[in-house]
Amino acid sequence: MTSSNVGIVIVSHSKDVARGAAEMVRQMVGPEVPLAHCGGDPGGRLGTSVESIMAAIAEAWSEKGVAVLVDLGGAETNSEMAIEMLPADRRDRVVICNAPIVEGAVMAATESSAGSSLAAVRSTAEELYAGAVVP
Amino acid sequence: MDAKDIRLLIDTLADRIIAASDELTALDQAIGDGDHGINMKRGFEAAKAEAQAMAAGDLPAALHKLGMTLVMKIGGASGPLYGTLFMALAKAMPPDPDRAQLASALAGAIAAVKARGKSEVGQKTMLDVLDPVHRALAAGVDAEGIRSAAREAAKATIPLKATRGRASFLGERSIGHMDPGARSSEIMVGAVLDALEQRS
Repeated sequence: MTSSNVGIVIVSHSKDVARGAAEMVRQMVGPEVPLAHCGGDPGGRLGTSVESIMAAIAEAWSEKGVAVLVDLGGAETNSEMAIEMLPADRRDRVVICNAPIVEGAVMAATESSAGSSLAAVRSTAEELYAGAVVP
Repeated sequence: MDAKDIRLLIDTLADRIIAASDELTALDQAIGDGDHGINMKRGFEAAKAEAQAMAAGDLPAALHKLGMTLVMKIGGASGPLYGTLFMALAKAMPPDPDRAQLASALAGAIAAVKARGKSEVGQKTMLDVLDPVHRALAAGVDAEGIRSAAREAAKATIPLKATRGRASFLGERSIGHMDPGARSSEIMVGAVLDALEQRS
């Protein structure tokens, strides 16, 4: 896999949701974007795991950075924690996108596949919420 | 604090949380996703298994390791929140803190939890217990007074409406239930005070 494009990480409470969203990204965007996903807590139930998130970021690592898509609250908190625990030289190149997890992952990956910067990838994903009616 | 006392502190914390896991789960089933007890139990079982290694260093080192273990093992949002609490305490605490140093470390840790959870006091969270406990500690209140401040503060979350965390999805329906994070914080405060009183 090339790592010249921004990596995408999908973090859901559910392993199945994470895997399904990743499958959609692969099929719609293709293989040129580094992609990893994780779901489930350290006990295998619904939830998220800092350790798994750190491993997923490492798996999707790109020198251009990694954009993380999350679902509910704990996924975001755990992702923030995981990012802070990364080595200092990587920490600043990982962002969490404020975007719906499935659509956000597809949009972010599409932008990434065009060779865009991390900031552009993030902003494309976040456009989904800009102006939209969010509950 | 020597290794024996650190061990006592970690074991007491872990035992109390593990013993309360069904109660915490029941509270969380009312207003959250029902996993608080299970998650906390998993985290503190891991902490208990590593207690001896944690106690090999000084108190700040032990609290840091405890925080890391909770971050890695709890899984829900409580993992990073409690993990941040203990890691921030570790950062701000000398090996043998006096009351003033403890209070100032707790103030810093509460600020770190607020930042991690993007939350404030009054939103029906663990902060609603930690904040009054800090005030009691800073004001020189005795152990029994701090215990009762924690107990009253946890109870006082019952009529609150949650505006952060999973319970906030329920809006008005979160009113009338004690916040599970407030309750687990109350239990931890009691455990710490008991361990400090028991040490030789």
